[in-house]
Amino acid sequence: MQGVQEGLNVRKKMILLLAFSSGFLLVILFLSFWLSNDNLRLSSAKNLAPNLEHLFGTDWLGRDMFTRTIKGLRLSLALGAFTSLLSVIIATLMGVCAATFGRTVDAVISWLIDLFIGMPHLVFMVLICFIAGGGVYGIVLGISLTHWTALARLVRSEVLQIKNVEYIQISKSYGKSAWFIARKHILPFIFPQLMIGFLLMFPHVILHEAALTFLGFGLSPQTPAVGIILSEAMSHISTGKWWLVVFPGVLLVGVIKSFDSIGEKLRILMEPSSANE
Amino acid sequence: MTKSIVFRFIRVITLLIGLSILTFSLIHLSPMDPVNAYIGGDSSASPEQIEKFKAYWGVNKSPVEQYFTWAGALLQGNFGTSLLYRSPVLDIIQSRFLTSLALMGVAWVLSGVIGYLLGTVAAMNRGKTIDKIIKWYSYTLVSTPIFWMGLILLIVFAVWLKWFPVGLAVPAGVLESDVRFIDRIHHFVLPVLTLSILGGSNIAMHTREKMIDILNTEFIVFAKARGESSWQIFKNHGVRNSIHPAISLQFAYFGELFGGSMLAEQVFAYPGLGSTLTTAGLNGDLPLMVGIILISSLFVFTGNLIADLLNKIVDPRVKGAM
Amino acid sequence: MSNVQTKPLLQVDHLSIGFSQYVKGTQKRIIHPIADMHVEINEGEIVAVVGASGSGKSLLAHAVLGILPSNAIFSGKMLYRGEELTPARMEKLRGREISFIPQSVNYLDPLMRVGRQVQIGLDPRTARAQQEKLFLQYGLQKNDGRLFPFELSGGMLRRVLFATSVREGVRLVIADEPTPGIHPQALSEILRQLKQFAEDGAGVMLITHDIISALEIADRVAVIKDGATVEISEASAFEGNGERLKTEYTQRLWRALPQNDFDLEFKREAVR
Repeated sequence: MQGVQEGLNVRKKMILLLAFSSGFLLVILFLSFWLSNDNLRLSSAKNLAPNLEHLFGTDWLGRDMFTRTIKGLRLSLALGAFTSLLSVIIATLMGVCAATFGRTVDAVISWLIDLFIGMPHLVFMVLICFIAGGGVYGIVLGISLTHWTALARLVRSEVLQIKNVEYIQISKSYGKSAWFIARKHILPFIFPQLMIGFLLMFPHVILHEAALTFLGFGLSPQTPAVGIILSEAMSHISTGKWWLVVFPGVLLVGVIKSFDSIGEKLRILMEPSSANE
Repeated sequence: MTKSIVFRFIRVITLLIGLSILTFSLIHLSPMDPVNAYIGGDSSASPEQIEKFKAYWGVNKSPVEQYFTWAGALLQGNFGTSLLYRSPVLDIIQSRFLTSLALMGVAWVLSGVIGYLLGTVAAMNRGKTIDKIIKWYSYTLVSTPIFWMGLILLIVFAVWLKWFPVGLAVPAGVLESDVRFIDRIHHFVLPVLTLSILGGSNIAMHTREKMIDILNTEFIVFAKARGESSWQIFKNHGVRNSIHPAISLQFAYFGELFGGSMLAEQVFAYPGLGSTLTTAGLNGDLPLMVGIILISSLFVFTGNLIADLLNKIVDPRVKGAM
Repeated sequence: MSNVQTKPLLQVDHLSIGFSQYVKGTQKRIIHPIADMHVEINEGEIVAVVGASGSGKSLLAHAVLGILPSNAIFSGKMLYRGEELTPARMEKLRGREISFIPQSVNYLDPLMRVGRQVQIGLDPRTARAQQEKLFLQYGLQKNDGRLFPFELSGGMLRRVLFATSVREGVRLVIADEPTPGIHPQALSEILRQLKQFAEDGAGVMLITHDIISALEIADRVAVIKDGATVEISEASAFEGNGERLKTEYTQRLWRALPQNDFDLEFKREAVR
């Protein structure tokens, strides 16, 4: 009975981990602006194994791998943010429409969700990337078109739930417009869900972005994207240059895991049932 | 019961039609004309080939007519001709299908078994060290790009330990008929391992959650009150209540599996459908790409349908209700 | 009161059970559904534990069986046959010497045939025959054993639950609300079965909020309020205006019962 107040309780631990994950992401973001592009110039310091000067070693052109990786991650983060935002917008529109415009619209949207859940995602992203004719658009479009489904379902059920709540009915009977109700009552209600949906989408988006660029779709080979770095490194591993593969990947996993843990922990903290450990 | 099954079949068929319309519209809406895309991929295309291509897509008709021409051709098994390989798309798909199926099939079974066991062990020992290890392991692997995992395995087992070759499903420069079974296995192990490790962690996480839900139910409390040991509880109630969801989850996993095999095949230069799709996409071989997309979608939708039906049929409660 | 020479079978003293809960942000507090509970049961005796819903009666049963949720904080003393009831001992005893009849039919595995559920814990060689005998005894058909819980009515499931509690060598039966929502005939059948356990020499803890039916078979009654024992009295003290009851709470509880507006015996006869 005594031990309860001692040490860190689960919630405090969670908040600590949240802070740690966010800190890690911020450090990467900061470094990506701070590190000079000069490190990416070709130099004579080729194929160096990791050392104090080049933490992640250098590649076959003498570029500093640490700088390349961090800049690549910045691209992943930017793409991830933009694409997740797009997905959240699609999901919100779809979810709200399904919940408000009657049964036919609901059925059509639920059919669409089944369609987009059912198709093999990576395969369609490849098609969309090809059709968009290369460049970053293909990636953004491909990923955001395939990732909205789960969140849309969530938004739909949340809106359905709140739609019939008393205060909204009262608001309606006072003649408030649909837009007013949506803005004042519904959006604030689903906003936390959207926020967490956004964060939890990040890891998937970054994973898919890396996969696409690794396969060679979307970005030009000069772009410092993590997928491209790893794809190039692939042709150098038979000569034993393991650091080209290991370090960029570890950092990528770290970033993905951080987002995952931030989203997941926030979700748990916000659930009322988490009050009883 | 039969009504609900028929209804589900019809839904899957409408979804497949929807998918073909989506694919068609994507190609049609894109700024690039399929014919240009086709020629753009390879300037050596002969005028006859271009004509054949135009006829296949029905280029001179309205979009709706074009769709029906195209869909009609698909239904007759005419998926067009691959530019890259200069042979019918369906032949290429057939020749790659078994190689892919072997890879995905083995990985599918392995990841299911490994994942179920890990998830169960973690849930049964919730909060203990073994649970923490499995949880950490699964969460980390779920955040791991499959191709990076493949590269790491390649470095460790092929480059450092030299246990396995660095690529290709068969040794280079050897005739297909001369390839020994052991060689095939040799080139098969690492891609399978990559897919199984990652797939397994996914299944483990889901199984763990499901199993924890089951262990929190009243009938487990009662089983405990009746003096059943942990092992008996698992044997009598855990398996029974978790195996159906686990298996249907496994079937719903086909989509991820195909995406994963694309990446694993690329890393290990394994000549399956996935790497063929990547090659087709990078070289603008639109007919081949569309063919593989449709076939893989059919594969994934079938998996989803099976998952769905399993949910409905196997559970005695639902079975009785229908 | 039974005229057998009685020995204390189960003694529960100063039992308290708490759960920690987050109030706000990272602040925790501990709530105590059970604060100070006493119960004593002798061999061959039926003790009714009576209280309103939410008074912590079920937790008492779970505490004795050692099946409280893992986040429960537990203190107090429990003796079984004179020795301390440790978690290890509970594990050994439950399902063998202590059997439990849960309050809801959700305590049956929804995916296991009911016959098989009754067979769990029986000697595998004779389990089937024993189960069939029990089904016969509880008025269930032989074929019912092949059915899943959702295929049986609530009353039948109650009887299945009873059948799971009958074991060779059971000394203590804990029945957690076995009577709610059951029609009068089935009710008297259940009470008769509980009585049978006691006549066979087992102690019975009957947890219920239905004082009237509990009094039909109970030797003593423990009244619970807000997780604490208010009083323990002989069942015979619950009569007339309750002059022989020790506390005012119990007296008022007794008088408030609708049955006591009329002559108790008359009312009972009328119901039957």
